[in-house]
Amino acid sequence: MTRRILIDPVTRIEGHARITIHLDDAGTVQEARFHVTEFRGFERFCEGRPLWEMPGITARICGICPVSHLLASAKAGDAILSVMIPPAAEKLRRLMNLGQIVQSHALSFFHLSAPDLLLGFDSDPATRNVFGLMAADAHLARAGIRLRQFGQEIIETLGGSKIHPAWAVPGGVRAAPAAAQRAAIAARLPEARTTVLDALRRFKTLLDTHADEVASFGDFPSLFLGLVGPNGEWEHYGGRLRLVDSGGAIIADQVDPAHYREMIAEAVEPWSYLKMPYYRPRGYPAGMYRVGPLARLNICTRIGTLLADAELGEMRQRAGGIATSSFYYHYARLVEILAALERISLLLDDPDLDSGRLRAEAGVNQLEGVGVSEAPRGTLFHDYAVDPNGLIRRVNLIIATGHNNLAMNRTVAQIAQRYVHGDRISEGALNRVEAGIRAYDPCLSCSTHAAGTMPLALILVAADGTVLDTVQR
Amino acid sequence: MSFLDLDEWLFELARHVELVYSPLADIKAYPEHVDVALVEGAVANADNLHLIRQVRERTRTLIAFGDCAVTGNVTALRNPLGAPGPILQTLYVERADMSGQIPDAPGIVPALLGRVLPVHAVVPVDLYLPGCPPPAPRIRAALEQILAGGEVLLAGREMIKFG
Ligand code: SF4
Repeated sequence: MTRRILIDPVTRIEGHARITIHLDDAGTVQEARFHVTEFRGFERFCEGRPLWEMPGITARICGICPVSHLLASAKAGDAILSVMIPPAAEKLRRLMNLGQIVQSHALSFFHLSAPDLLLGFDSDPATRNVFGLMAADAHLARAGIRLRQFGQEIIETLGGSKIHPAWAVPGGVRAAPAAAQRAAIAARLPEARTTVLDALRRFKTLLDTHADEVASFGDFPSLFLGLVGPNGEWEHYGGRLRLVDSGGAIIADQVDPAHYREMIAEAVEPWSYLKMPYYRPRGYPAGMYRVGPLARLNICTRIGTLLADAELGEMRQRAGGIATSSFYYHYARLVEILAALERISLLLDDPDLDSGRLRAEAGVNQLEGVGVSEAPRGTLFHDYAVDPNGLIRRVNLIIATGHNNLAMNRTVAQIAQRYVHGDRISEGALNRVEAGIRAYDPCLSCSTHAAGTMPLALILVAADGTVLDTVQR
Repeated sequence: MSFLDLDEWLFELARHVELVYSPLADIKAYPEHVDVALVEGAVANADNLHLIRQVRERTRTLIAFGDCAVTGNVTALRNPLGAPGPILQTLYVERADMSGQIPDAPGIVPALLGRVLPVHAVVPVDLYLPGCPPPAPRIRAALEQILAGGEVLLAGREMIKFG
C-alpha cells in the first residue's frame, strides 16, 4: 500500500496537469506520476478531412509552437504528393522554424523559468512570475520580452501572423519576404545576440550555486533522440533520426523518419491522457528516452556555427560529456537560441530566397506520408494515411512532450525523494517539483490541446491509498 | 500566448493591474473578488466546468477570450463524432502498442463532457473577444477600454474577426 501527495494544478507550464507523489509505509517516496488531464481527439476528428487542411488544423494543437505542427504537417503532405520542394521553400521553412525556436525558448527561459532561476526557488509565490521579474530586474525582463518578440516577428513577417500563420502547405510555402523585410529582421540580430549571451553568462553562474538542483532535477541515465544532419550535425528541420545513450554510444543512426515505428512504440497508463512512448527494442518502460534541446545537443557532433559551437564545447566540459541532468535543458535552450540566431543571419543573405519558386504542384501520389521536424521541445511526428482523393484516413501524432513523458515522471520522483520529507510538502519542495517539470518546457496543449489556463496539481498519497496532502496553493 | 505578444506594453499594464490567477503565475486557487478574467478555451471536461463556474461566481467582468471560448472552435471538432467513449476506445485501446486502455483514474483524470461547450453555454459572458488567437492589438484595445472604465466597444474587421 502506498500513500500519495497531490499537486493540483501545476503552474507555469503550458497545459493542464496534476502530479501525484506516492509514498511507502515508511513514508519515503516510491514513485511519482505526472498526469495530463486534457483530451482533444485531433487524431480522430481529422479523419475524413482533406490533406490540404491539415497544416491549418493541426497548428491549432498548440499556441506556443504552431509552426512545428505547420511544418511537420506540410512535410507529411510533401511525402504524400511525393515532391521535392523548391530550395527557396525549404530555406524559408527553416527560417520560420528558427524564428520559432527563438521565441519559444525565450518564452520558456525568461517568462516561465527565470522567475525560479533568478528570483529564487524559495521566493514569494505571489510574485514569482514574469511580472515579478519585471519588477525585480526590468532590464533582463525587457530584454527577454524583446527576444521573444523578435522570434515572433520573424514568424509574422513570413506567415502574415504571429500565431497560426496559414503559410506552409504540402509542396512548399505560400509567400516569400521582400528584401526590405529581411533587412529589418537582420537589423535586430545584434540586440538578440547580446541578450542571449548575457543570459548564458548569468545561467552558468547558477550551475555553481545550484549543485543540489543540478544533481536532483532529473539526473539519470537515459537514451536521447533527435534529428541530425548527414554528418551528425545539429538539425532542426530535415535530416534523419539518431539515438544516443548517456555514455555517448550511438545506438541507432541515420534512421529514415518514415520508419519511426520500428524505433518507437506507445504505451497507455490509466492515469494520463498523454501516451508513454518508448524505444521499442528496449521495451516498456526501460526504453525511456529524452528529446528536445538537451537531446539535440547531446546527440549532435557539432552545431556548425561559431559562437554556438564554442558554447556547446563549454557546456560539454561542464557536464563531463553527455549532459544527463535535465537542469541542463535551460542551458541547452540558450545555446540553441544562439545557434538559431547565427543560422538566421546566414539564411537572410541566401540568394535562393529570391528565386520566386515556392511551391511544387502535384496530386496524391502516395497513400501514406510521415512528416518529422524538430519542434522547440523535441522531435515531432505527423503520420498520415489518405485515400486517393487526399482525404485523411488515419492520423498519428507523437509530440515532444509525449516522448519526454517517462523521463518527466522519473524526474518528479527524483526531486521528491530529495525534497519531500514526511507527509507534507513545503513551499520550496512544491516549487522544485514543478520546476523539474518546467525544465522540459512541456507543452501539454500539444498532446491534448489544452486550450485554456494551465494549472498543475500535486497529490501526496499514503501507503493505503489515502490522500495525505493536496497542494492548491 | 497571444497575450504575451503585448510585449513591452506588459510593463504599462503591470502598473494598473495585479495578476491574481494565470497560467503564468503560481497561485493555484482562483481567488475571490476578481475584477476581470480573460477565459481562454472551451469547456470540455468536468474540471473545466467546475473552474468556469467558480470563475463566474468570483469575477465581475468575464471575457470569452478567443474563438475556442467564443464558439468551441477546434476544441469542439469532436462534437460531430458524438459521445467521447468510442473516440477514446479508438485512440487509447486500439491504437496503443502496450497496455491499451482508456485513461480514467478517479480523482485524477477528469471525465469528458458529452459535448464541448463554448463558455457562454455554461455561464453568462460579459464580453467576447474573437480570434484564433485574438491578435495583441485587439487584446490591448479591449483592456485599455476596461481600464478606462466605460462601455467596451469593439468594431470593425480588425477588432471582431474570427480566425
Ligand atoms: S489560439 Fe485558437 S485554437 Fe488556440 S485556444 Fe485560442 S482560439 Fe482556440
